[in-house]
Amino acid sequence: MESIEKIQEEIISEFELFSDWTEKYEYIIELGKKLPLISNEYKNENHKVNGCVSQVWLNSEIKDGKIFFTADSDAIITKGLISLLIRVFSNQKAEDIINSNIEFIEKIGLKEHLSPTRANGLFSMINTIKTEAKKSLY
Amino acid sequence: MKNISPDKILFDVEKIRKNFSTLNSKVNDKPLVYFDNAATTQKPESVINTLVQYYEEYNSNVHRGIHYLSNKASAEFENSRLKVKDFINAGFREEIVFTRGTTESINLLTYSYGDTFLNEGDEILISTMEHHSNIVPWQILCEKKKAKLKIIPITAKGEIIFDEYIKLLNEKVKIVSVAYISNSLGTINPVEEIINEAHKRNIKVVIDAAQAAPHLKIDVQKLNCDFLAFSGHKVFGPTGIGVLYGKKELLEAMPPFQGGGEMIKNVTFEKTIYNDLPYKFEAGTPDISGAIGLGAAIDYINSFERENIIEYENELLEYATEKLQRINGLKIFGNAQNKASLISFNLDGIHPTDTGMILDKLGIAVRTGHHCNQPLMDWYGIPGTVRASFCFYNIKEEIDILEKGIIQSIKMLR
Repeated sequence: MESIEKIQEEIISEFELFSDWTEKYEYIIELGKKLPLISNEYKNENHKVNGCVSQVWLNSEIKDGKIFFTADSDAIITKGLISLLIRVFSNQKAEDIINSNIEFIEKIGLKEHLSPTRANGLFSMINTIKTEAKKSLY
Repeated sequence: MKNISPDKILFDVEKIRKNFSTLNSKVNDKPLVYFDNAATTQKPESVINTLVQYYEEYNSNVHRGIHYLSNKASAEFENSRLKVKDFINAGFREEIVFTRGTTESINLLTYSYGDTFLNEGDEILISTMEHHSNIVPWQILCEKKKAKLKIIPITAKGEIIFDEYIKLLNEKVKIVSVAYISNSLGTINPVEEIINEAHKRNIKVVIDAAQAAPHLKIDVQKLNCDFLAFSGHKVFGPTGIGVLYGKKELLEAMPPFQGGGEMIKNVTFEKTIYNDLPYKFEAGTPDISGAIGLGAAIDYINSFERENIIEYENELLEYATEKLQRINGLKIFGNAQNKASLISFNLDGIHPTDTGMILDKLGIAVRTGHHCNQPLMDWYGIPGTVRASFCFYNIKEEIDILEKGIIQSIKMLR
C-alpha cells in the first residue's frame, strides 16, 4: 500500500486536470455515487460522526495491524469527500494516520469544506478518523 | 398610481441596492445573490455609518453620566427606544426592553414571568412550526415547574389548525407562545385571532415576531399581545440587539431577570430596590451601539411606505413560486394562503445540503438544514430543506439566477 503522503500527491495531480469547479464537483459527486456502501448494521448512533448537518456514519476495522474505514452519508457531495478521505486513510497503520498531515483538501481547492463549522463536517470526519486510530492503539 | 406621501422615498429597487454594499460584492467570482434574509438581513450604509459615528464621535457609557459624551450617548440610546416604541406602536416607552435578541427576550420571559406565575400542572401552548428559541426555553421552564408543553397541530400546507387550537385552550393553559411568521415555512399566522381566543380565557400570549418585524407592520396595541419579541439584525440593524415588548402592568409584576448595574435604584448589603421599567430588565452596560444602530435601521425602514415594501416582496414571492414550482421534482414546503416572502423546498432524491453547496458555488446564498425547526422537519419526515428568503432589495433577475442554479444542481447531483 502506498503511503498517505503519496496518495495525497496522486489526488492533487488528478484534480489538476479539472479546469473549473463544476468538473471538480462532478468528479466528487461521481466518487460519492461509487463509494461502497457501509453495512447497514453500522448505520446507527454509535457510528455517527457528530458535527455534520447531513448524516455521516463511519466504521473502522483493524486487519493485520492496519485500519480499514467504511462510511456513508445521505448527502452525495459529503459522500464524495468521505470517499477521498477513505482513499487516503484506509489500509494504513494507526501511527501513520495519527501523524499524517492532511494537505490535499486545501491543495485541490476545497479549503472551504475544512472549516470546523462547515455543514458537511469534513473537519469532524478527519478528527473522528484520527480518534479511531488513536483508540486502536490502546 | 398610488398616493405616496412626499416625505417618503419612492420605491426604486436599483437605488435601494446601492445602499447595501454587500449586495454588490462577488462570491466565488459570481455576483452575490443573497437569499438568506430570514437568517439575517444585510445592513444599509446609514446603519453602518451610525455605528461608526457612535464609536468615533460619542462612545460613552449610558445613564447617570455627568459628562457631555455620556449624556449624548444616553440621549441617542433612549431615542432609539422611542423609535422602537413607534415601530411596533407600543403605548409606553417603558414597555420596550432591550435584549440581545428574540432568543434572550423569550428566555427573559420564561425565567422571570414563567418562574413567578407558572405552577405545577399548568400548560403552555406553542405551535408545531416554532423555532427552537420558542420551544427550548419553555421546555426548560416546564421541566422546572412540572408544567406541560402542548403543541398546536398544523396542516400539511403549514397552517395552524384553528379548531384544534381552540380545543387545547383549557383552564390549565397559562401561556400561548407562537410565531407571527414561520421562519422555515413563511406562514403568516392569524395572531390576532389567536390572541383574541386566548384572552377570552384569560391566557397570556407571547408573539415571536423575529420574522414578522422585517416584513409586516406590527401594531402591538391592535394585536393586543401581552409580549412580543424581535431581533435587530433581522430588520437591517446590528447583531446583538433585540427587543422585548411587554404590557406595562405585566412587566411591573415581573421580577428582574438578571441582577447588576443599571437595574437598581438603591443597593445595600441587606436589600436592593430595583429600578423602574424598563431598566429593571437591563442589567449591566447595554449594547449601546447596537441599540442606536437599531434606531438607524428603523429610520431606514420608515423612509419607505411599508405598503410598498410588502407589495413588492409579495410580487417576488409570487414570481419565485411560479418559477420554482415548474421545476421537475421540486417540492415546496409551506403553502399557506397567507405567506411571507420565502420559499422552503427540496429536490427529489437530493439532500438539501448538496443543493446548497452547488448554489453557493454559483454565488447564491441560501440556507439549508432544519432551520432550527427540528420538530417541524420531523413532522414532515425530512432532514431539512433549502430555504430562499427574499427581501425588498432582491430583484427578479436574482430569482432567475436561482432557478438556473437549481436546474444545474439537479443536473449535477442526480
